[in-house]
Parts: sequence; structure tokens; C-alpha cells
Amino acid sequence: MRGKTVLIYALLLAITVVTFSPFVLSVLGSLKDTRSILAWPPRIFSPPFHPDNYVRVWKASPLFPVWVRNSIVLAVITVAVKLLSCSMAGYAFARMRFPGRNVLFWATLATMMVPYAVTLVPNYTIMAKFGWIDTYLPLIVPGISDAFGVFLMAQFFKTLPRDYEDAARIDGASWFTIFWRVMLPLARPALVALAIFKFQASWNDFLGPLIYLNTPSKFTLPLGLNFFKGQYFHFWELILAGAMFNAVPMLIIFAIFQRYFIKGISLGGLKA
Amino acid sequence: MRPSGTGTRGAGRPAPLVWFRRARTREILTAYVLIAPHMLALSVFTFFAMGFAFYLGFHRYDLLSPPTFAGARNFVRIFTDPDFHIALRNTIYYTAVVVPIQTALALFYAVLLNQPVRLRTFFRAAFYAPSVTASIVISLVFIWLYAKQGIFNYLLSKLGLPASIDWLGNPATALPAIMMMNIWSTAPTFMVVFLAALQDIPDSLLEAAAIDGANAWQRFTRVTLPLLRPSIFFVVVMGTIGCLQVFDQIYIMTRGGPLKSTMTLNYLIYSEAFENFRMGYAAALSLILFVLILLLTVIQKRYIDVEVQY
Repeated sequence: MRGKTVLIYALLLAITVVTFSPFVLSVLGSLKDTRSILAWPPRIFSPPFHPDNYVRVWKASPLFPVWVRNSIVLAVITVAVKLLSCSMAGYAFARMRFPGRNVLFWATLATMMVPYAVTLVPNYTIMAKFGWIDTYLPLIVPGISDAFGVFLMAQFFKTLPRDYEDAARIDGASWFTIFWRVMLPLARPALVALAIFKFQASWNDFLGPLIYLNTPSKFTLPLGLNFFKGQYFHFWELILAGAMFNAVPMLIIFAIFQRYFIKGISLGGLKA
Repeated sequence: MRPSGTGTRGAGRPAPLVWFRRARTREILTAYVLIAPHMLALSVFTFFAMGFAFYLGFHRYDLLSPPTFAGARNFVRIFTDPDFHIALRNTIYYTAVVVPIQTALALFYAVLLNQPVRLRTFFRAAFYAPSVTASIVISLVFIWLYAKQGIFNYLLSKLGLPASIDWLGNPATALPAIMMMNIWSTAPTFMVVFLAALQDIPDSLLEAAAIDGANAWQRFTRVTLPLLRPSIFFVVVMGTIGCLQVFDQIYIMTRGGPLKSTMTLNYLIYSEAFENFRMGYAAALSLILFVLILLLTVIQKRYIDVEVQY
């Protein structure tokens, strides 16, 4: 029994090293100077450290702070829009009776199987017709519909007891009032899980901004970092420091809301 | 359904039947308003877009002049296009290697975390970290790690192995290097799915097997694994769909090179649509990709998602 326990902890530690060391290495790399980061053999831990690399990135390209701001604004808007539309649709599918409910719900679920590659080209053409190229609208508007989000909210609403709604209805509350005042506050755990997922999706998205945004001052941080890599190719310490501006906020959010991440995946993924 | 007594309250109320009809109408109307934003966006950007992909697949279209009917020419061209053959081969090679390994690794991580250990939350977070990190960050970090004079080669040299491989610059190693990186970053996502499924397996089944004299390995292969079939199916299908569409890492790290050794279907679709502006041809390619995905899903359903009963 003892030997087995030791083996389990040894494996856990080994995997932790494998999954986490690229992060540690890149933070250490981001603190080196331009010469020592290219040295062979590479020195993994090599003081003196240069934390001012992080300031240099921020100042090296006047666009860097703009990209960070664009990413935050876009992610916040996307999340807000999705929370509203997914909870509205999820509630209707979970609790209300209307003609076509099952068909529309299954149609929604079926679209989860449609690869985004199929809708990419036609949607670009549609956005071009709308005159939406080089704006944030193609990154926000299609996201109003989110099959995963609708499914997740519907599944969660189904688990809530009906007592509160019945009580509100006896008091004469309308469907809207019940949805807004009674059900949404109860759905907070699912809303938090959905918000984190969709924040991550928007914050990390590369392909969407790559296709739709052309002007560097409109770039989001992931696209900006790719642009930055092209400009500062020999300054790996700056590229790594820049990348940390994207990675670290997400890792912190994950660390704080870990419970919701796990719950959201098992709620939205498995019970299909 | 409706709480009894609500219809009879107050003298000004209409007769119960009329009241009920009005309430039903109100419920239906409210429901349509609530689903309207979602259904509208879904109709335009998914359903209409899919139909439009089909239309574009049979047309020539460069975004500037109006589309012209091309019959089946796009599809005929696909099968004689050497780039398509390279991209198809690379994509299938990539998927065939990545899906089994990342599924097995995800299951291994999950079984390990499902043991009664201290600091489980810590280990779970450490395992999961690559999955919350953006493709751009992972790609940039690995370009650096995979460099000829990078840390990856340095570690290999410490093990006494050849240590001057230009991982992303060599046609033989570029795609395997990207595969390895993506297995590393995707396995933790699916680990969570297996973890949830493992926690749903009743202890009584495993205990009964233990009483019957099954050792740990037999309990895993004869009890746990069959019960995980639905999750394995889910992970394999989602993994396959993801792998067949691999793009970001290719675009950022190699742009399909060197010598087209990392050219995948999605990268080909991207370059035809957004570099050559052949929207019709790109749409036809994406339909082929769609068919490939559907076909593989059906096959996987047939062989993996088999009902298990105890």
C-alpha cells in the first residue's frame, strides 16, 4: 500500500512538471536580457533578472496597451451579450411550453456538431455584404446564438425546483418578471460558469480577429502578439513577456473560479 | 400545471376557460420573445450560412464581382489539386496520432487525480493550466522552446540524444512537433470529462468486483473502462472534430511549411479564401471537410458508443 501511494504522488508530480514547466520556463525567459536568452547552452535559471522587460513591452509598441484594452472591451461585451441571450433562450426551453419547442431545441443542439470551418467562408461573405469587415460586429453578433450556452442554461434551469416560480405566479408575476427577478438570481452558478468559458473563448480567440480585423490599432491581444512577434523577432524576452500579458490574467481567473470551470464542463459536456 | 384557484380570484376576472387561453397565448408569446435573439442569430449565421456554403461551393466568387455558376468544377478541381492531397494526408496523419494519444493521456490524468490524494485541487489546476492558455501564447512559447538552440534540444542533449534538430524548420519533424504540443495542451481539457465520469461510477460495483477476486487492473479494464464508453465516445468525437480543424498553431508557427509538411485542410481553406480570394473553392473544400467529420463521427458511434449493461 505504501509503495502504491509513493508511486501515485511521484506520477502526480512528474505530470505537474510536464504540464507546468513551459509556463515557468517562459516566465524565467521573459526576465532575461536579449543576449542571455539566445545563449547556448541555455541557462534556465540565470540571474540577474530584468523585470523591466514587462515595462519595455508596454512601451516598445504604442499599440500594445491598445490591444490589451481592445481585448478586455471585446470580451466583456461578448460575455454580457451571451449571458443574456443564452439565459433567456435556456429558460424558455427549460420551463415554457410553446409550439416547436422540441424541434428548435434539437436544431440548436445539432448545430454543436457543425464545424466552424463550414460557416467561416459564407459568414465572411455575409459580413462583407453588411460592411462589417474591420469592425468588432462579426466577433459579437453571431455569438448571440451559442448552442453550448443555451444547452448549459437549459440544463441548469431544469434542475431548479419549481416552488419559487409557482409562488411568484400566484402573486400575479408575469413570465418576464419571474425570469428576471426569480430565476436569473437562482442561476448564478451556471451564469458564472458560462461567463468564464465565454470570457476565455473571446480572450484567447485568434482566428476570428485574424479574419475580420485589418487595422493594427483594432487588433486584439492574441492577434497583436502575432504582429509583435513579426516586428521583434530577435527579442524573445520581449515576445515572452508580451505573451504573459495574455496568459497570466487567464490563469488567475482560472485559479479563482476553478470549481465553476469543472462544473461547467461536466454540465455542458456529458449529459447530452 | 397551473396553480388551482388563480382563475377565480377577484370579481373582474373573465371565465376560467378564457383566462386559461389568454394565459397560454401570453406564455407562447413570451417564450418566442425569449428565444428570438438566439434563434435569429442561429438562423442567419449557422443555418443560412450552411446553405450559403453549399451555394458558394457550386460557384466562382472572388468577393468583388458577382458569383458565377461553376457546376461541379470546384469539386472536380479538389480531387486533382495536389495541395488538397497533401493537406488531406497531413490532416489524417495528425488526427490519427493525436486523438488516441490525447484520449489515453486524458484518461490517465483523470484516473490519477481520482485517487484519494491530498492537494487534489492543486494538482488538478496544475494539470489543467495548458487548457486555459491561448493558442497564441502556447505557439509563441513552443517556437522558442523548439528552436535549434532552444531548451527542448538542450534537454535532449542532456539525455545524450541528437541535439541540433531544427524542429519546426525540418519537414520531417515540424508536424510531429506541433502534434506533441497540442497533445500536451488538449489532454487536460478532456481529463475533466473523464474525471466527472469516474466520479459517477458507483463504488459498489468496484467493491463487488474486488470481492469476486478481481485485481486492480482487472477492475479497471472489466468494470471502469466499459462504463466509461459514453465518455470515451464523447472525447474521441470532440477530439477528432478539433484535430480535423487544427489551424491557429499551424498559422502562427509554420504557415503550412516547410515544404507544405504542416499544410492542413483548414489551413488550405484559409489560404484559398483569405489569401487567394477563391471563396467558392474554399467553400467546396469546407464541405468536403464537413463530410469527412460526419463520416468519422458515424464510424466512431458504431464502434465506441455501444450500450453497456450490468
